Amino acid sequence: MEMIVMQLALFVLSLFLGVELITKVPPTLHTPLMSGTNAISGITLVGAVIAAGAGDNASGLVHGLGFIAVVMATVNVIGGYLVTNRMLAMFKRKN
Amino acid sequence: MNTNLVDLVYLISAVFFILGIKGLTKPKTAVRGNMMSAIGMLIAVVITLLDRSIVSYEYIIAGVLVGGIVGGIMATKIQMTSMPQMIAMLNGCGGGASLGLAAASYLLTLGGAGYEGGAMGMIAVSFVMITVLIGSVTLTGSLVAFAKLQELISGQSIGFAGIKFLNGALFIAAIVMLGMLCLDPTNSTLFWGLIAASCILGITIVLPIGGADMPVVIALLNSYSGIAAAAAGFIMGNTVLIVSGSLVGASGLILTQIMCVAMNRSLTNVLFGVMAEGSEAIDADEIYAGKVKSAQPEEIAMILETARRVVIVPGFGMAMAQAQHAVRELCDVMEDKGIEVEFAIHPVAGRMPGHMNVLLAEAEVSYDKLVEMDRINPTFEQTDVAIVIGANDVTNPMAREDKGSPIYGMPILNVDKAQTVVVIKRSLSPGFAGLPNPLFAQDNTLMVYGDGKKAVIDITASLDLA
Repeated sequence: MEMIVMQLALFVLSLFLGVELITKVPPTLHTPLMSGTNAISGITLVGAVIAAGAGDNASGLVHGLGFIAVVMATVNVIGGYLVTNRMLAMFKRKN
Repeated sequence: MNTNLVDLVYLISAVFFILGIKGLTKPKTAVRGNMMSAIGMLIAVVITLLDRSIVSYEYIIAGVLVGGIVGGIMATKIQMTSMPQMIAMLNGCGGGASLGLAAASYLLTLGGAGYEGGAMGMIAVSFVMITVLIGSVTLTGSLVAFAKLQELISGQSIGFAGIKFLNGALFIAAIVMLGMLCLDPTNSTLFWGLIAASCILGITIVLPIGGADMPVVIALLNSYSGIAAAAAGFIMGNTVLIVSGSLVGASGLILTQIMCVAMNRSLTNVLFGVMAEGSEAIDADEIYAGKVKSAQPEEIAMILETARRVVIVPGFGMAMAQAQHAVRELCDVMEDKGIEVEFAIHPVAGRMPGHMNVLLAEAEVSYDKLVEMDRINPTFEQTDVAIVIGANDVTNPMAREDKGSPIYGMPILNVDKAQTVVVIKRSLSPGFAGLPNPLFAQDNTLMVYGDGKKAVIDITASLDLA
């Protein structure tokens, strides 16, 4: 139970930290912010690899779902960081 | 591996994410910030792969290969004008990954020892079900948003009168199933039922939302994908998932709020498709009759020649006409002639937050020329010419003056205060709000009819010759 209370505290504090950080992002960068945070939410990959890499006693369905989760999370990570980088490079170019 | 060590490494990568987002607060440090965030991701993934609970690697390797190739191709090939679609896809993938993870963990737990009894078991199951609910809604909702943006289906509101009751019923059904599953996790039929109901809910929530409200939907789904990831973190007891998920959730919520304020609409109004009712029907002919003046590009070039300060107001029409490069060239020619040029960016111009900024950045317009609404509005009175390209509702003075108007109270760009207003537009057709725009009938307004890109190129050519 203590574990869950700790995690809940972590969740709430991170929300407040997020609000503080994001309000400082200028509107010019709102699109890269969205793609960049999408890349961060690809952190689900960390959970997905655990599900996809479960042992042989897991059913095919578990592996299948884990596989799909890994694919989608990787799209977020790779696609998100690359496209954010591409956009941000454009903002930097002229300055 | 020692779980304390793993958790410490997760803490490091969470710090990298936070520093990464902090970097995004300035265009100068943004590229580095994005890199730091990517490093944080790499650290988290590597330490997880080294974790001993992973037995078989073949599904992981295959999944990373497929996802990496798809993501890499999408990111490098996508056009800047299609960026809203890309964001919609990324949102959907975030939701889908959380859904897949939650479903896999549910089946894995029941296949093994099952959930423990009592309160702890119920809490564990409830996190799984919440992740499933939010993840499914994000996945299918984003797919519908993508289809609308890509114009695979109509961008207008699609639905029927009772669709909110259907949504309400689906939502209640999902919550009831969620509660029943907490009491009896072994009922897997109910589990698939919950997934089905949530997936349908995602579709029916987004379908009735029209094109102008897309920025709100994109931002909201962005937030959901983060919250789904945080909920998945509770399932796995994984701190880095919780922290980064809530950061993303907060980010999406703030963007959603900014978009709603910029449209003077509440989130519930957007979600339930409520438009304020006008007090009386406004007759477009009455407003426009005999008062609208049109001009040729050459005449506009002559006016621009004597101007000292010009403000360009881009809208979604500029993206549609792919006119951003042409606009940049016009801007260059004007600056060569010593004219001060700035761009006025309304928060909801385009299809997502920051859409216009990305397009203009692609055309190599320096970001310090892109000025937000609050800062540029006081300067319109000292502006000789305001050029409106493909924007409509965000310049409509009725939002400021006409109390009976459905858009009354929406913050607008005070384009009408400029000495001369040039509106480049295909016709006098109304914008998304379906209202006539008195700006077009003003004495100081000149309409240039035609394709945005061609009109801008013609003006540039005449100005260059002058």
